[in-house]
Amino acid sequence: MKITLFIPCFVDLMYPQVGVAMVRILETLGHTVVCPEGPACCGQPAFNTGYWEQSREVAIPVLESLKGAEVVVIASGSCGAMLKVFYPDLFAGTRYEAMARDLAPKCFEFSAFLVNKLGVTDLGARFPHKVTFHDGCHGLRELKNKRPPRELLAHVRAIELVEMDAAETCCGFGGTFSAKFPMISTAMGEVKCASALDTRAEYIVSCDSSCLMQIQGLLDRQRKPIKTIHLAEVLVHR
Amino acid sequence: MSAPAVQFKQDATRLSADLRHRRIIQTAMGKYETVRDQRKAAFQNWEEARQLAAITKWEAINHLDAYLEQLVSKLESRGTKVHWATTARQARDTILGVLRAAKARVIVKSKAMTAEEIHLNQALEQAGFEVVESDLGEFIVQLREEPPYHIVFPAMHLTRDEIKEVFDRKLGDAPSNDPEQLTMVARRVLREKYLQADAGITGANFAIAETGMISITENEGNARLTSALPRVMITLIGIEKVLPRLEDLALFLPMLAAMGTGQTVTCYNTLYGGPRQPGEPDGPEEYHVVLLDNHRTSLLADPEQRDSLHCIRCGACLNVCPIFRNVGGHTYGTTYCGPIGAVITPNLRGLNEWQHLSYASSLCGACTETCPVKIDLHHHLLQNRRNGSRQKPSWWQKLAFKMFAPIATKPTLWSLVTKLGRFGQKLHGLVKGSYLDPAYAWTRTRELPPIARQTFKEWWRTRS
Repeated sequence: MKITLFIPCFVDLMYPQVGVAMVRILETLGHTVVCPEGPACCGQPAFNTGYWEQSREVAIPVLESLKGAEVVVIASGSCGAMLKVFYPDLFAGTRYEAMARDLAPKCFEFSAFLVNKLGVTDLGARFPHKVTFHDGCHGLRELKNKRPPRELLAHVRAIELVEMDAAETCCGFGGTFSAKFPMISTAMGEVKCASALDTRAEYIVSCDSSCLMQIQGLLDRQRKPIKTIHLAEVLVHR
Repeated sequence: MSAPAVQFKQDATRLSADLRHRRIIQTAMGKYETVRDQRKAAFQNWEEARQLAAITKWEAINHLDAYLEQLVSKLESRGTKVHWATTARQARDTILGVLRAAKARVIVKSKAMTAEEIHLNQALEQAGFEVVESDLGEFIVQLREEPPYHIVFPAMHLTRDEIKEVFDRKLGDAPSNDPEQLTMVARRVLREKYLQADAGITGANFAIAETGMISITENEGNARLTSALPRVMITLIGIEKVLPRLEDLALFLPMLAAMGTGQTVTCYNTLYGGPRQPGEPDGPEEYHVVLLDNHRTSLLADPEQRDSLHCIRCGACLNVCPIFRNVGGHTYGTTYCGPIGAVITPNLRGLNEWQHLSYASSLCGACTETCPVKIDLHHHLLQNRRNGSRQKPSWWQKLAFKMFAPIATKPTLWSLVTKLGRFGQKLHGLVKGSYLDPAYAWTRTRELPPIARQTFKEWWRTRS
């Protein structure tokens, strides 16, 4: 299968290893991966802040670059939700509406693509650590991705998954929210970190690097021992 | 920023760092979640129940004109006097008029968020009436001269010591901080008031169009005493509370109890059909129902957000909201707090002044997931943001997003900005975490990850 990989801005800049891991996994499974050079962002920051017109300026080139793609794999639940769920709203009533509606069913968040589209759950990974899983809100509630990441983790050798109490509670990132209301965002992150620390896990795993940026940022400042890691990085570990 | 926005930001900043407050709310909500889930599990199929509730409310709201007329004619046929109030002022004036005509002096009230919404107590007190809240939580916050903290649990932010303190100070009677003893103090005070009261004012949970009945659900029996003992009974109800049929209560009463308080059904469920009828031994001599619009019809006119009128005020969205749980109810500065408040307040009270509530959300969607009548809460927050920025855009945000567009779409610019970012990050260390730091909002409490030595796109280019 020819897979078009969409790498969001923050993954490109700060978490390239996540994208690299995805390319390796998909190629190992025998697929061809292409990655359009053009668009760097899905337009979610402007969309979530209410500036839909400015968001469309970013999103139109995304639509155009993904036109004709067989499937699109997005390296983030949040940006995945933007393309799959919110583009049809963003472009409703514009001449791009049909393109957005055409794209939506071809879009998959990475873990959902592996499990739901390819039917793959065992990638032969080995990760001898105790981990807990953080459900990113967009992946969980917009894309209904509760099961796929857990099925993938269940097949990783030597891993121990301990669910935290607040697995489904927001980490407090919320894009521009984290800068508009930094203290609320911080308090939410602290609640999340405390719940993860209670499990005594070594790693917090998630499908969203943006959540992990928030969580790791707090953990680093507070010098807490637990580390964050993207699911794709766990899945390439041998 | 509007005055409510400034107040919100200040209070939110203070309370979200208040660990004592965080602990009180977490403890209260931890117990709620356990019992709520037990009650949900008692439904044969909770998701189908939600769907049915959403359809029923959709039917009621989309035919509100017909159902309201049916309700009113049924109520009037048994001697209830119905008053229509377009604005909060009209509702206050109507109630004051009824009370003056009845020569009332002392008034007991049971819990009514609509009364909070129109600031009824202040109006009654200014007009010289004595008014006492009879719901225990409302009684406590009235003594503290505070608005309710939560639409279902008005005093959930208080410890038993704080309640003892206010009883001591205001009533001169607080034998200990034992909840049972404190409740007995309130009971003694309130029993006197029920007997003295000339009029009772209630809110309502539902209004049944088919039979012309007002449904009130409560746990303390205080609404029954408020309605049964005084000569005059007044119910203030939002027009969106209409349900088509009596049998709809078979779904809505247990649903409200499950989501509101984690009960199978609430302790007292009463249907009021009118004043005392000839030959009946008790009940009020006069019954007045005030139907309140107060901008609900502007929500009704908006097909996108009309479903926010489905709300049954169970408070479930507040309870699961991580924002509410960290900033608390008073911070919102409005009658309806939490996600539903953030959705409807900008529509009821002005988008410019209240749109900050729609921004104070990470859009996590926990509210939408829990809402028993399936209001699309967090997507309505997005729509409020869009409507707000259309009505009155912030020039600097618009400019920032405008400048971002070419950067995000042209690879050469993106590469350039990546390189500039790397350079900027070297200098960032000099100001990091200080007021000179452009990323201060982030770095005050969090570390920022560095830009990678080789970005994904740079790596990708080396492969092809």
